Amino acid sequence: MSLTETGNAVVTGPRRKRFRIQKDKALGLALVSPSIIALLIFVYGFIAWSGRVSVSAWKGLLPDYTWVGLDNYKNLFADPRFHIDVRNTVIFTVVFVLGCLIIGLGLALLLDQGLKGEGFFRSLFLFPMAISFIVTGVVWRWLMNPAAGDRTSGLNLIFESLGLDFLVNSWQATPNWGMAFIAIPAIWQMSGYTMALYLAGLRSIPEELKEAARVDGATEVQIYRRVMLPQLRPVTLTALIILGHISLKVFDLIIAVAGKQYALDVPAIYMWQTTFDGFFFGRGAAIGILLLLSVGVLVIPYLWYTQRQERGT
Amino acid sequence: MTKRIVALLAVLMLVGAACASEDAETTTTTTADATMEDTVEVFSWWTGGGEAAGLDAMIVVFGGDYPNITFENSAVAGGAGTNARAVLATRLQANEPPDSWQGHAGQELIGTYVAADQIEPLNFLYDEENWLDVMPETLIPLISKDGNIYSVPVNIHRANVLWTNPTVLSDNNIEVPTTMDEWFAALDALQAAGMDAPLAMGEQWTAMHLLETVMLGTMGYEAYNALWDGNGDWSSAEVTEALNNYDKLLTYTNTDSSALSWQDAGQLVIDGDAAFNVMGDWAEGFFREIGSEPNVGYGWAPTPGTNGIFQFLSDSFVLAKNAPHRDAAIAWLKVAGSLAGQDAFNPVKGSIPARSDGDRSLYGVYLQSAMDDWASDDVAGSLTHGVVANDSWKSEIDSALGAFLNSRDVAAFQAALVAAEGANA
Repeated sequence: MSLTETGNAVVTGPRRKRFRIQKDKALGLALVSPSIIALLIFVYGFIAWSGRVSVSAWKGLLPDYTWVGLDNYKNLFADPRFHIDVRNTVIFTVVFVLGCLIIGLGLALLLDQGLKGEGFFRSLFLFPMAISFIVTGVVWRWLMNPAAGDRTSGLNLIFESLGLDFLVNSWQATPNWGMAFIAIPAIWQMSGYTMALYLAGLRSIPEELKEAARVDGATEVQIYRRVMLPQLRPVTLTALIILGHISLKVFDLIIAVAGKQYALDVPAIYMWQTTFDGFFFGRGAAIGILLLLSVGVLVIPYLWYTQRQERGT
Repeated sequence: MTKRIVALLAVLMLVGAACASEDAETTTTTTADATMEDTVEVFSWWTGGGEAAGLDAMIVVFGGDYPNITFENSAVAGGAGTNARAVLATRLQANEPPDSWQGHAGQELIGTYVAADQIEPLNFLYDEENWLDVMPETLIPLISKDGNIYSVPVNIHRANVLWTNPTVLSDNNIEVPTTMDEWFAALDALQAAGMDAPLAMGEQWTAMHLLETVMLGTMGYEAYNALWDGNGDWSSAEVTEALNNYDKLLTYTNTDSSALSWQDAGQLVIDGDAAFNVMGDWAEGFFREIGSEPNVGYGWAPTPGTNGIFQFLSDSFVLAKNAPHRDAAIAWLKVAGSLAGQDAFNPVKGSIPARSDGDRSLYGVYLQSAMDDWASDDVAGSLTHGVVANDSWKSEIDSALGAFLNSRDVAAFQAALVAAEGANA
């Protein structure tokens, strides 16, 4: 399909090429169509169905699609339990995301110093990510045992035997702020992943930039602050989005550490309990839709932004 | 290229057709099964421990009585029945009911499955098998709606049991309390003697379990029952008094309760870290399992204020409407309600038979005392375990209780309980 063959080919070439592309497109479309159809049904179709249930009066085992408008949503916004859920989610998200970003960046900066055994440490820090939240939760349930007196165990026992009594606390059973402690296992699990993101970011910064800065007389601290960190901004944004949507949807970790209890309730647990324990299907669907919207608020601008970036380059 | 696309589409269609024909085959097999009366599918969440062993023992009895009926055990593990109930809900919505399934006797079954028209009344079976003569009279209204009995209780557990540590009590010269006031006096004495948390409690559902026994103990049999059958008043002074008692009791409990399972809380009593624990009588099986002796390592009594009342819960089996194998399902229910079936199941599960004519020699010393009470006491239902309130109502009470455990605001709690009754509609 070379354009330089004859004059004729120059004229016909693009037309034939366009035809070719269409055929390729058709084949591609045929190949992906099963997954597109499955996606349409099982993702978007079910989202639409949930949306429909969320504006219905469905309570009990039998479907009831009586239209009630936004009543389920209004009731949720007036529901003290949902207020607790939102508050808990905010606490968890702030502690978890900040914790992961700070620890992840710290570990990445340390590993970037070119020390011996970097590969070993990298795997070591990344390893917790291979474990499911349930396993993490069960282990940390033992570690963060709030029992006092003779029955002290876990981290509290370690602190006591090391003479660090001021660190002994009641962990997730702490009134009002228990949720912040639930974030600790989550940070333990995900900070290694954040480190990997940052490390990749650090490695992609050309050495020349650092050298140029050094030649200009910048100190090492200045190089990190003025040259490296600004280059890491896109990585931070990516990490923020990934960690943020994990924390909005958190469910399994809390169930494993604390079970179902009001003080550590989040929207996902409320959704499960009210739907399958209480048969309030309409209310459960409304919580699901609100969860989806909250994740959407976070993710959609990001997708839009990256797509624009990619088109720009 | 076009040919290739056509070929590809053809392949896709073939795959689709293959899947479709596979579906068709499965459907045919199912319909074929439905015409043969030799299988019964029974759905439960009994997948481990004494429960599964008890079910197996009952299946053996069933196999002896009905050798031509294959027993299909569709048990779903996990979440103390939560997972199983979610699976069951899905199957019922898809119109594929098992022939019979397990459920807590009472409103949990009635509110969910009778309201959805999924199960059949069983009065005819009670008449045929003369079960009304062998089951307590006060039990029947609790498992009926509008005069229709909807399930066959296999076992009975008692909810209002106060477990005590006899050594701790005798060391402090404390008698087992029989009224709320005696109980508070005993708890005060123990705290004065240096025991910070003489009443052991576990996670949130055990707090609800304590609540229901305190309500029964404070309000008495009639007023407690009235709350659930619509004749009571949740905003009454009696309820306020019960909630105040509950609020006071919580001050004697361990601070780490939210992190403890019911076993952990029971263990505190056995170990002498606490003097009292309120838990259903499945705790007795656990105490034996960890090597404790009845009347030595642990003692028991009705919770204060509930002498002469048996607050029960029960696992029971239902008959599905449109059951694919109706006759086989009825055969299963006959075994579940029979003396042989119940005496096979209960000694293994660690509960007492719902029938009052069980063979006492098969049961341990605690269960024998429970059998005596079951035959003579007034029967009240448990809230936590699904007898008196349907799931929707219970889950609203659970939310209200969760809020109360954090705020300890009795007035707000009572207001939330009044509102929760609306979920019963």
